[in-house]
Amino acid sequence: MSEPLLEVTDLRVSFRTEEGLAPAVDGVSFTLDRGEVLGIVGESGSGKSVTMLSVMRLIVDPNAVFGGKILFKGRNLLEMSRGQIQRIRGAKIAMIFQDPMTSLNPVYRVGWQITEQIQAHAELTKRQARERALELLAGVGIPNPRARIDDYPHQFSGGMRQRVMVAMALSCSPELLIADEPTTALDVTIQAQILKLIKELRSESGSSVVLITHDMGVVADIADRVVVMYAGRIVEQGDKRDLFYDPQHPYTWGLLGSIARLDRPKGERLASIPGMPPSLINRPPGCHFQPRCVHRVERCSVEDPALTDKLGNGHVDACHLDASVKRRDRVLGSAPTGSS
Amino acid sequence: MGTFIVRRTLWTLLVLISISVLVFLLFFSIPGIDPAVAMAGRNPDPATIRAISHAFGLDRALPIQYLLMMKHLFVTRDLQSYTNQGIRVIPEIAAAAPVTLSLVAGAVVLWLVFSIGIGLVAAVFRGRAIDRILMILGLIGIATPSFLLGEAANIVTQSKLHDTPLFHWVPPLGYTPLSQDPVMWFKHLIIPWVVLASAQFIGLYSRILRSSLLDVMHEDYVRTARAKGLSERRVLIRHVLRTSMITFVSLFGLDLGSLVGGGVVLIEVVFALPGVGLLTFQAASGLDLPVIMATIMYGAFFIVLANLLVDIGYTWLDPRIRPA
Amino acid sequence: MTGEGDVLLRLDHVRKYFPVKGGALMQREKSHVHAVDDVSLQVRRGETLGLVGESGCGKSTLAACVVRLFELSGGSITFDGRDISRLSRRALRPVRRELQMVFQDPFASLNPRKRVGRIIGDPLRIHRLASEKQIDAQVRELLSRVGLSPEHMHRYPYEFSGGQRQRIGVARALALRPKLIVADEPVSALDVSIQAQIVNLLAELQQELALTYLFIAHDLGVVRHVSDRIAVMYLGKIVELSPAEDFYAQPIHPYSEALLSAVPIPDPDRSERRQQIVLEGDVPSPITPPSGCRFHPRCRYATDICARQEPPLVDYANGHLAACHHPLNLDRRSPVDATAPLRSPMDRPAAALIPTNEEGPNEQ
Repeated sequence: MSEPLLEVTDLRVSFRTEEGLAPAVDGVSFTLDRGEVLGIVGESGSGKSVTMLSVMRLIVDPNAVFGGKILFKGRNLLEMSRGQIQRIRGAKIAMIFQDPMTSLNPVYRVGWQITEQIQAHAELTKRQARERALELLAGVGIPNPRARIDDYPHQFSGGMRQRVMVAMALSCSPELLIADEPTTALDVTIQAQILKLIKELRSESGSSVVLITHDMGVVADIADRVVVMYAGRIVEQGDKRDLFYDPQHPYTWGLLGSIARLDRPKGERLASIPGMPPSLINRPPGCHFQPRCVHRVERCSVEDPALTDKLGNGHVDACHLDASVKRRDRVLGSAPTGSS
Repeated sequence: MGTFIVRRTLWTLLVLISISVLVFLLFFSIPGIDPAVAMAGRNPDPATIRAISHAFGLDRALPIQYLLMMKHLFVTRDLQSYTNQGIRVIPEIAAAAPVTLSLVAGAVVLWLVFSIGIGLVAAVFRGRAIDRILMILGLIGIATPSFLLGEAANIVTQSKLHDTPLFHWVPPLGYTPLSQDPVMWFKHLIIPWVVLASAQFIGLYSRILRSSLLDVMHEDYVRTARAKGLSERRVLIRHVLRTSMITFVSLFGLDLGSLVGGGVVLIEVVFALPGVGLLTFQAASGLDLPVIMATIMYGAFFIVLANLLVDIGYTWLDPRIRPA
Repeated sequence: MTGEGDVLLRLDHVRKYFPVKGGALMQREKSHVHAVDDVSLQVRRGETLGLVGESGCGKSTLAACVVRLFELSGGSITFDGRDISRLSRRALRPVRRELQMVFQDPFASLNPRKRVGRIIGDPLRIHRLASEKQIDAQVRELLSRVGLSPEHMHRYPYEFSGGQRQRIGVARALALRPKLIVADEPVSALDVSIQAQIVNLLAELQQELALTYLFIAHDLGVVRHVSDRIAVMYLGKIVELSPAEDFYAQPIHPYSEALLSAVPIPDPDRSERRQQIVLEGDVPSPITPPSGCRFHPRCRYATDICARQEPPLVDYANGHLAACHHPLNLDRRSPVDATAPLRSPMDRPAAALIPTNEEGPNEQ
């Protein structure tokens, strides 16, 4: 295997606050191969968005402190000058965001916004850039792009705006597309459209995709590999099927169990995770999930579990429990029991 | 767009009529007011007063008087002053308006350039020393009454330091029309411009702009703009500044309207500039209804016009409110 | 079937149009947004009716009409045997006690300047139902009932997380011992693990307090979990109304079919195996809704008649109603036969589109 497209090593992002340093991302490491779709799952405050915003160097908060390395094709993005990162942003790495209602500038026509990005990275005339924008809009399924290119964002529905965002992100054929909750603000039928679009793009262009989401269903649909984050750390990471059919971390069990699913009989109660995520400043000792974990043992509140590959298949988790104990104890009302 | 213009014009007329009626009624509700007495000079005899009353139509019912005044103002355009007999009101205003316009125009250029510049610098360096210094200077500007600053400027440039090379060029107070001598025009006005712009406006507008810039900097589309790989400069000017101008423009239009409409009276008095403000001031102290009415109509017209321009500017700046 | 007696809330031909204004000097009403257009349904005592649909379908407007935050444009609402749709504000007050609402956004629906004790106690104060001392005791009791500590009454909303705030919102709604709670997207602003907590809480409260819910959400999984019956709205109309399990197993309306098929399945193999129906385009404008069946421009089964004639809401047995010219999953049913015996839940076939869990015998 050649070198990965993206290699994040021990990434740390903290924010200085009045109450102290808040570690939003605390030693996150993962790699992404070319053509791979990685799903990053977690709840609000888990650090999943901060991680990927750091890759884009989009955290402009002067109180943010960064540590670790983010290698994109072997070069550390965290050490690049502003000019260097600007040449990568939008050209090599593109990003789409959660809320298509607020992510486009309301005062410019959508065509203008797309050509602005194209012209920032390619020596094209206005006319050429506009032609390219038309192609892109047609490519993401905007009906009648020639008539819509000079419309303003508010003249589009949410789903259509997200298509415009996708078109814009793809305008310079990026090698990596980061999608931060791209469908969370959309209705299910529109979500299905956008996910289908992202899948098509991936198979056509071979770009790598990092999809940030809280929805395990979306991950099951689209990802090759999954990273589960909790309180700024990765708690489990593995191939999609390993993770869904043999989940190793009690937090992952909880996530899977909390979903009210359509594909299985309705149970009496949802297996909710008790309590709530810890504050970033006062995280519990040992395993950060331990106060909410029904399987915890004494060791959990003393010793911080390391992310280890106990199964020997690249499926890593940060939990003290033994894999055999976990397979015995995990409540399979919550996690699926495997796929035949 | 057509209905929009029709609607606005109709509203403008309605507003102007209401204002004129209001001014008229207010004037005649001042206790003991009788313009005829004032016009008749010292110790007038009742016959003179009656004659004057009759000549000016003051002995007729108020609604008729109002209509007559409107007719003289807008139709025959020969409305006469009560106090300075024989002086027609409209030429007076026509002579005063260019002075006010010159004063406001120059100040506007200064205040726009400086407030946008200062607002941008303060927002970009938010929290740093330069931001704090600029904002404190702005606060001082806002807190300084313009006439006070004007008087101080006069004392310095007209007497204290007038004989130094620094201010030797400053002409005596007064006004020279642009058409007559542009250089003199400029010399007369530069100090009033600076005073008018820096007392209140630059400080206020730079603070307003700074805070809306900071708001917009947190918008998702600014993050998108960065994610597109645009330079910080382009992000700031094309994406942040552009949308931040919306509040700025609306306030600007209103201030501009009221200044052109006579709101610069203090500066005009301090610098002896014979503009509309000064005219209004004199008319008001002499209870000269025709002049008051005419200057207020003139002022109201500019305020309504400025409102219209603000709305057009709005729709230009923010396509979301454009009529479909 | 069910008699009038156990119907708590009854909507008859409820309509809510919002005017779209235009014109020169005077703003005339030019056209209307048909937000809710001729909706009739009943909510029985003790049940949960789940109301689903995509944004803009009118479900939240309908909820606001039920609690009379909006005046109706037409039709009537009967609550507990009484027509409340024309009641004056004053006459409505005692009704409001029994009809409470839980809102979507736990951050926006609590007054940030009031302490939690005040927020929960205020309904009691407004209705003068108890002395201050009693209120204090009741607030403590309500807080522990929704899973918070009674000491929390002295804190401000900002000190709580989203899930806790939603618990506060529920406690406030419960303060007046309502009969019906209209919950408008009560969990959609929350994280999944917290959603499950609130859903479970609502279910427990329903059992303990014999509550009736009108539960509005766009998440079909959550709705399935809490609901006894489901109503699907599209562009202001009810297109399907059904007992919950029957709906999820055998949707009749093509829109319901597409909605269900769009829900991602958190199981990679099943997700891969199933045939997803991806609807084309967007929901049309509710100002000028399509002719005939409002879903026809996006429907893959649509024929000529769909554009011409509006399909009525027909009962396809067992209270499973749908409004469609080309109903699905009918092979085992006979249309318009209200007298057909209730089928046993055990002989229900698997949904055509969603492979069910092979090893799932724990169906009740």
